[in-house]
Amino acid sequence: MCADRTDPDQPYVDTSAKVADEVKATTCYMCACRCGIKVYLRDGTVRYIEGNLDHPVNGGVLCGKGSAGIMQQYSPARLRSPLLRVGERGKGEFKEITWDEAMEIATDWLGDVRNEDPRRLAFFTGRDQSQSLTGFWAMQYGTPNFAAHGGFCSVNMAAAGLYTFGGAFWEFGDPDWEHTRYFMMFGVAEDHASNPIKRGIGKLKGKGGKFVSINPVRTGYSAVADEWVGIKPGTDGLFVGALIHELLKARKIDLDYLVRYTNAPWLVIQDKGAEDDGLFARDKQGNPLAFDKKKKKLVSAMLPDISPALVGEFKLADGRKAVPSLKLLADRFLSKQYAPESVAAKTGIPAETIKRLAAELAHAAFEEEVVLDVPWTDWAGRKHDKMIGRPVSMHAMRGISAHSNGFHTCRLIHILQILLGSIDCPGGFRYKPPYPKQAPPWLKPTGRKKEVAPREPLGGPHLGFPESPEDLLLDDDGLPIRIDKAFSWDAPLAAHGLMHMVITNAALGDPYPIDVLFMYMANMGWNSSMNVPDTLKYLTEKDAETGEYKIPKFIYADSYFSETVAYADLILPDTTYLERWDCISLLDRPISEADGPADSIRQPVVQPDRDVRPFQEVLIDLGGRLGLPEFTNTDGSPRYPGGYPDYIVNHERKPGLGPLAGWRGRNGKEIGTGETNPKQLEKYIENDCFWFHELEPNQKYFKHANADYLEFAVKMGFRVEPRPTIFQLYLEPMQTFRLAADGHGKIVPPARHRKRIKAFFDPLPFWYGPFEDTATDQSEFPLHAITQRPMHMYHSWGSQNAWLRQITAANRLYIHHDLGKKLKVEDDDWVWISSHIGRVRCQVKLMDGVNPDTVWTWNAIGKRQRAWMLDEDAPESNQGFLLNHLIAELLPARSDGYRYSNSDPVTGQAAWYDLKVNIEKADGKDIHETSPLFEPVERPFAADIPEVLRFGAQFRRGGSTGRRAE
Amino acid sequence: MTSLPKSTGKKLGLVIDLDICVGCQGCVTSCKEWNTGGYSAPLTDEDPYGADPHGAWLNRVHGYEVGEGAEGRTVHFPRSCLHCDTPDCVTVCPTGASYKREEDGIVLVNPDTCIGCKLCSWACPYGAREYDYDDGVMKKCTLCVDRIYNENLDPRDRVPACVRACPTGARHFGDLGDPESEVSQLVRDRGGYDLLPEMGYRPVNKYLPPREARDVSSAVLIDEPATTKNEKTSAADRFFAWADQVLSR
Amino acid sequence: MHPAYSVILFTTASGAGYGLLALLSIAGLLNLVPLDPWLGFTGFLVSYAFITIGLLSSTFHLGHPERAWRAFSQWRTSWLSREGVMAIATYVPTGMFALGWFFDWTGGWVWALLGWLGVVFSIVTVYCTGMIYASLKTIRQWHMPQVAPLYVLLAAATGAVLLNLLLTVFGDARPWSFWTAIVLLASAMLFKMQYWVAAETDSKSHTAGRATGLGRFGKVRAFEPPHSTPNFVMREMGHRVGRKHARTLRTLAVVFGFAIPIAASAMLLLSSPLPSWLWATVATVSGAIGILIERWLFFAEAQHVVTLFYGEQEA
Ligand SMILES: Nc1nc2c(c(=O)[nH]1)N[C@H]1C(S)=C(S)[C@@H](COP(=O)(O)OP(=O)(O)OC[C@H]3O[C@@H](n4cnc5c(=O)[nH]c(N)nc54)[C@H](O)[C@@H]3O)O[C@H]1N2
Ligand SMILES: Nc1nc2c(c(=O)[nH]1)N[C@H]1C(S)=C(S)[C@@H](COP(=O)(O)OP(=O)(O)OC[C@H]3O[C@@H](n4cnc5c(=O)[nH]c(N)nc54)[C@H](O)[C@@H]3O)O[C@H]1N2
Ligand code: SF4
Ligand code: SF4
Ligand code: SF4
Ligand code: SF4
Ligand code: SF4
Ligand SMILES: [Mo]
Repeated sequence: MCADRTDPDQPYVDTSAKVADEVKATTCYMCACRCGIKVYLRDGTVRYIEGNLDHPVNGGVLCGKGSAGIMQQYSPARLRSPLLRVGERGKGEFKEITWDEAMEIATDWLGDVRNEDPRRLAFFTGRDQSQSLTGFWAMQYGTPNFAAHGGFCSVNMAAAGLYTFGGAFWEFGDPDWEHTRYFMMFGVAEDHASNPIKRGIGKLKGKGGKFVSINPVRTGYSAVADEWVGIKPGTDGLFVGALIHELLKARKIDLDYLVRYTNAPWLVIQDKGAEDDGLFARDKQGNPLAFDKKKKKLVSAMLPDISPALVGEFKLADGRKAVPSLKLLADRFLSKQYAPESVAAKTGIPAETIKRLAAELAHAAFEEEVVLDVPWTDWAGRKHDKMIGRPVSMHAMRGISAHSNGFHTCRLIHILQILLGSIDCPGGFRYKPPYPKQAPPWLKPTGRKKEVAPREPLGGPHLGFPESPEDLLLDDDGLPIRIDKAFSWDAPLAAHGLMHMVITNAALGDPYPIDVLFMYMANMGWNSSMNVPDTLKYLTEKDAETGEYKIPKFIYADSYFSETVAYADLILPDTTYLERWDCISLLDRPISEADGPADSIRQPVVQPDRDVRPFQEVLIDLGGRLGLPEFTNTDGSPRYPGGYPDYIVNHERKPGLGPLAGWRGRNGKEIGTGETNPKQLEKYIENDCFWFHELEPNQKYFKHANADYLEFAVKMGFRVEPRPTIFQLYLEPMQTFRLAADGHGKIVPPARHRKRIKAFFDPLPFWYGPFEDTATDQSEFPLHAITQRPMHMYHSWGSQNAWLRQITAANRLYIHHDLGKKLKVEDDDWVWISSHIGRVRCQVKLMDGVNPDTVWTWNAIGKRQRAWMLDEDAPESNQGFLLNHLIAELLPARSDGYRYSNSDPVTGQAAWYDLKVNIEKADGKDIHETSPLFEPVERPFAADIPEVLRFGAQFRRGGSTGRRAE
Repeated sequence: MTSLPKSTGKKLGLVIDLDICVGCQGCVTSCKEWNTGGYSAPLTDEDPYGADPHGAWLNRVHGYEVGEGAEGRTVHFPRSCLHCDTPDCVTVCPTGASYKREEDGIVLVNPDTCIGCKLCSWACPYGAREYDYDDGVMKKCTLCVDRIYNENLDPRDRVPACVRACPTGARHFGDLGDPESEVSQLVRDRGGYDLLPEMGYRPVNKYLPPREARDVSSAVLIDEPATTKNEKTSAADRFFAWADQVLSR
Repeated sequence: MHPAYSVILFTTASGAGYGLLALLSIAGLLNLVPLDPWLGFTGFLVSYAFITIGLLSSTFHLGHPERAWRAFSQWRTSWLSREGVMAIATYVPTGMFALGWFFDWTGGWVWALLGWLGVVFSIVTVYCTGMIYASLKTIRQWHMPQVAPLYVLLAAATGAVLLNLLLTVFGDARPWSFWTAIVLLASAMLFKMQYWVAAETDSKSHTAGRATGLGRFGKVRAFEPPHSTPNFVMREMGHRVGRKHARTLRTLAVVFGFAIPIAASAMLLLSSPLPSWLWATVATVSGAIGILIERWLFFAEAQHVVTLFYGEQEA
């Protein structure tokens, strides 16, 4: 390449140096986004990881975490062999044991419980990407106590979305980055769609669309937003309500869209005190009724060609009154309560700004219409020659989700989108298949008494979407069946369980004690728990009489020496993500794109050099040893002797429906459903470990009502019938709970829950103050405290990464300049931050771009001393801190002594960001440590921790690894 | 060698779009992983798991707050070698290890002849050179000279690692000496600028400024139509009347 | 700038060495001292010791001292290379001149030529040292016309102090050499003080706003640093001594580096009951302390423009 070089002195550079012996495709797991990667290998070592240009998720790009995968692969904190606790819990004293021993112990412990009372196993998984396997295993085992981390993560988003329009923000949909003109983002720092959002924002801004970020903090995405709205935490419901107010007032809503796709015209019975008050009026077949203005009579609202009334009051056959649900909605949001002037003070957003934003939304939606010349057919067979879109899109995540009012707030955002007519239209928010589902999906939780029995599998899936109190999991006394109290009156629509309550509930024996706690990939002894000090207490507390731990046995599967390892009794060490098979399935949290369904696998690209086993293999092996029906053949031999790859290819949930949708059928030509294909994994590997099916242009939008898409969805097994999804402005299931609280129906809440159910099961969304605001003294704890995810760290597991930790090794508490002035503190000064349960000492950093009543920090940077194989004086443990120590998992006791979990009353979503705090300057000179500093954890094994890391030296010319020599 | 070439065939460099950089550090770690095993191998890290971890990196991203209040903004700012046209980091080098390539203008350090005197790092105003304490030589952005021409890589991958990785598309690579190149056009269209032009180093890399805040003062507000606004009925009733009317059409 | 001890030792020791070398040569050439072989031997030995220790110490901070020879190649552009070349080159004429002195081959024009050449070479070498710093546009406090001449003047002044010590020990001390030291020290002191004033009043022309190009949007404040623990750039270029601290150190540098040596040299002019070598020793020791402080400050007070990216407002 250097032929034109004229200077003979210029050194020769080998511009075509050899890069790799081999390049293998797989899927990234430096976070849950699951981008496609190519791993360059030299001499069996990872030389380089790059994004796969052809992959639907990332299109080749790679984020800060993904590019640091090498250091995760070669981290000294990797567990090396199974461990059995020998010292006291929490001390970190273990002995290394063999896999045979480990499997025997686990089989023993789990077998005993299964034979007696399967409820006494609580199996909860964290950053699990194999929930379809782990959930299935738990079903086969027969315990009702299974869930993944969704309950403390984002169930508000999932539930609000799925109940309202059969999809969700989260990772079930995306803005139409190609066409959107106006993008409003609520409370997102990073999200599961990490790279897709970044790519999208780049694209949107490149095309001149406007990006508005609603967020108390101006960093990350908010930094590149065209407009940043520094809202006060927990008040988005008011803000969105005010936007709706303005749009309704100005008539800037898409009435046609409402008629076509929503339950706006459905008639709601108005009969105070009646057992069906507030439910939809229905015909004999159970169809909801509407009033047809042309025919001037009540008709089934499900009929295609009616002219339903959206306003007015109508008489039902039995003489009672009913009104279209839109009327109730409009009544609520046109009221003064939601006028911009009324919400300005509480939200911290000036009324003029709200009005202007409403106007901008209306302008983009109605004046900048996007028209695609693509004919399509709707569910009723009506042909449309164009796809007309309102190019307004929205996205929201934990800033909304992690509040105790998150379910309703999220519903409000969806309703705003629906009023603008912007769901799954060009330029709007688009579903990713297998979404949309029905709203809510037709899936009920399983676990009632008759469904749980020793040595029997559970009759159905653990998690689902209750539509009435009858779907709750309650015992005869109305008490929770599940250890986490999901689907009980505490959290009726807890579609993802309440993982954050498991340890507390089990230790307190409320609702009952357990024998074995089995966890996978969740650092519950640290950053994923609320109230870390008490969680550690619960894990180590013993029964005064028996001297046994209150949680007698704790099995934990991790890949690394995390804080939680020290608290478990039996450690099952997992591989790294580059060493195992994985399956990112449509039955799980899929990686699909709006343009079509996709799934993917991981294949081992390097061999483990330690005595570790992929957890999925271990689970399948345990299934065989325990004799779980679907994991054993009739002769008792294991069903999947080939381990996880065997399961991925050969397991069928229903005939023809397996973990992977691509290359099914004996010939490998079928998609979605089809016979198993022994060559399926080979096909995936040939295609860089993913499968993506691009929808036809006429299937790509209006999927909730698009005949061609719906038929496809049925064929794929996504939906049962090609019936449309109807957007639920008015959410009838909520009303059934309200009615129960009034004493109607077979299942009614005990007296102590009634007021709460009545208050929060409003079928129309509304705003109420986050619980910690009302439960604590606002003058004592005047400030909001929240966290954000740093883009380059994934929760706790980034700190062991020699590269990532150089970028952030300690966090600060970020506060507004004005607050700094008031407290007389400057950058790096130490302060005490206290909540109603404790206090933490940390350093501050002053900034401008934060809501003045809010303080924040990066999530999960603080570490326990010596965990993750960091030195005892690492900044992570000595200056870094966790806000989790201050976040209570239980709300303060009510007058009757009962303590609800610190969660959303509808879904049980953990209310991390409700936290209220006070800050004081820390006295004393020479403070250089955070507080509390827990005792350092002992390392369970002697790791090889280099003082100087020369990674890559082995690849340089000549390959010498020492200091560069002449 | 430390004499600068009179002119370079091309002026390869980066154009960095501050308007869309979200500070994800993708370019930072992808640069590190490529280069720690590439031309500059290794990029050593000292005390990697201890109290004072630090190592040689060729690209870093700063976060700034600019202005205050309503005028305030947060800007993420990636910083690597700008492959200056007339940089003193080359001319101060006593050994010739630091040089500017005649064919494409890339500024490189020859790791086999560098004596590690650090003078070039003193001469660089941009903090782009990082000394590898263990390896005893200076490290700097190579513009991925071992990627962009590498015949062992897929042609689509023959771009710098940081450009290939950047999720938002904030990094562009090309010939800034060719006024017709995409990067040159981008610089023209978006007002790309030099860092510290008064230094006289004539950086090849350019930065695209964050876009000016949009003018919102002229926004046309929406309101209830004047025709109904003053009717004595409730706002909800007026809304219903409108909805009824629209749907009867 | 981080004050590396090897570099401080290098510049001060070799500076004094070249100063002594040049002054001794001049004294010999002008017959201001007896051309005593042992005086010459000792004088040149001490000069070479200072020079060589300095040069060697400069290689301590190299990552690859074994490659140091490569540093002679780039004299066309690099002041460091020039310094290296000149440093080595200076050994040649001065060495031959020294040999002539020792073996009494003095008197011829060749010897004189070698002598004057050595003087010029010594000055040029020190000038080159100064130019290493003065040529850096990135450091305002260095990129000043005073810096290279100051290096030369300080070398001469410290050389003169050494020369006095040498002459007093050999009992060959003369008022001219005391006067030389006093004049050189005093002018170096004044020059250095003028430099300090100039460095402080010189308007800082670079700002964070210009460095980042973001000044157009308002004041630029560092928010999230790219790394939590200092990297090389911060370790090397982020070091800055506090203002108050710097004031005290400057006073100490003036007192020890100039005031006391001047006073001690003045004592040599007066008839003091103490032996003159003692005063010369006081001047030398005090001067050494002062000059080391001066040189430490030269680095520690210097602000590199790169600090603008790391939170400084101006440089
Ligand atoms: N203050 C505060 N706390 C929070 C949040 C917040 O916003 N603020 N967010 C909450 C949310 S939404 C979540 S999801 C949780 C997340 O919290 P966690 O679920 O605890 O997530 P991590 O800390 O990333 O990792 C969990 C464990 O997985 C292990 N691990 C990593 N890779 C593997 C692997 O390949 N196999 C196995 N078996 N283990 C592996 C890690 O070592 C680690 O111990 O945190 C919650 N906690
Ligand atoms: N890099 C990285 N990526 C991740 C993770 C990670 O740890 N690191 N974790 C993954 C996981 S498990 C999850 S759950 C997702 C979560 O992804 P995000 O939803 O992006 O989660 P957070 O970082 O908690 O960001 C919440 C944002 O909401 C803002 N916020 C807080 N309260 C409010 C409020 O009341 N209103 C509004 N409007 N905003 C508010 C905060 O300032 C913050 O910017 O990210 C996933 N992706
Ligand atoms: S977003 Fe980053 S860490 Fe997450 S999967 Fe993609 S590349 Fe990996
Ligand atoms: S940025 Fe610095 S290192 Fe790069 S060419 Fe310019 S002066 Fe040299
Ligand atoms: S450190 Fe190396 S490249 Fe830099 S000036 Fe010294 S010899 Fe040249
Ligand atoms: S061009 Fe290459 S070496 Fe330079 S910053 Fe980008 S990745 Fe690093
Ligand atoms: S990868 Fe792109 S978006 Fe991320 S920090 Fe670098 S330039 Fe910015
Ligand atoms: Mo999460």
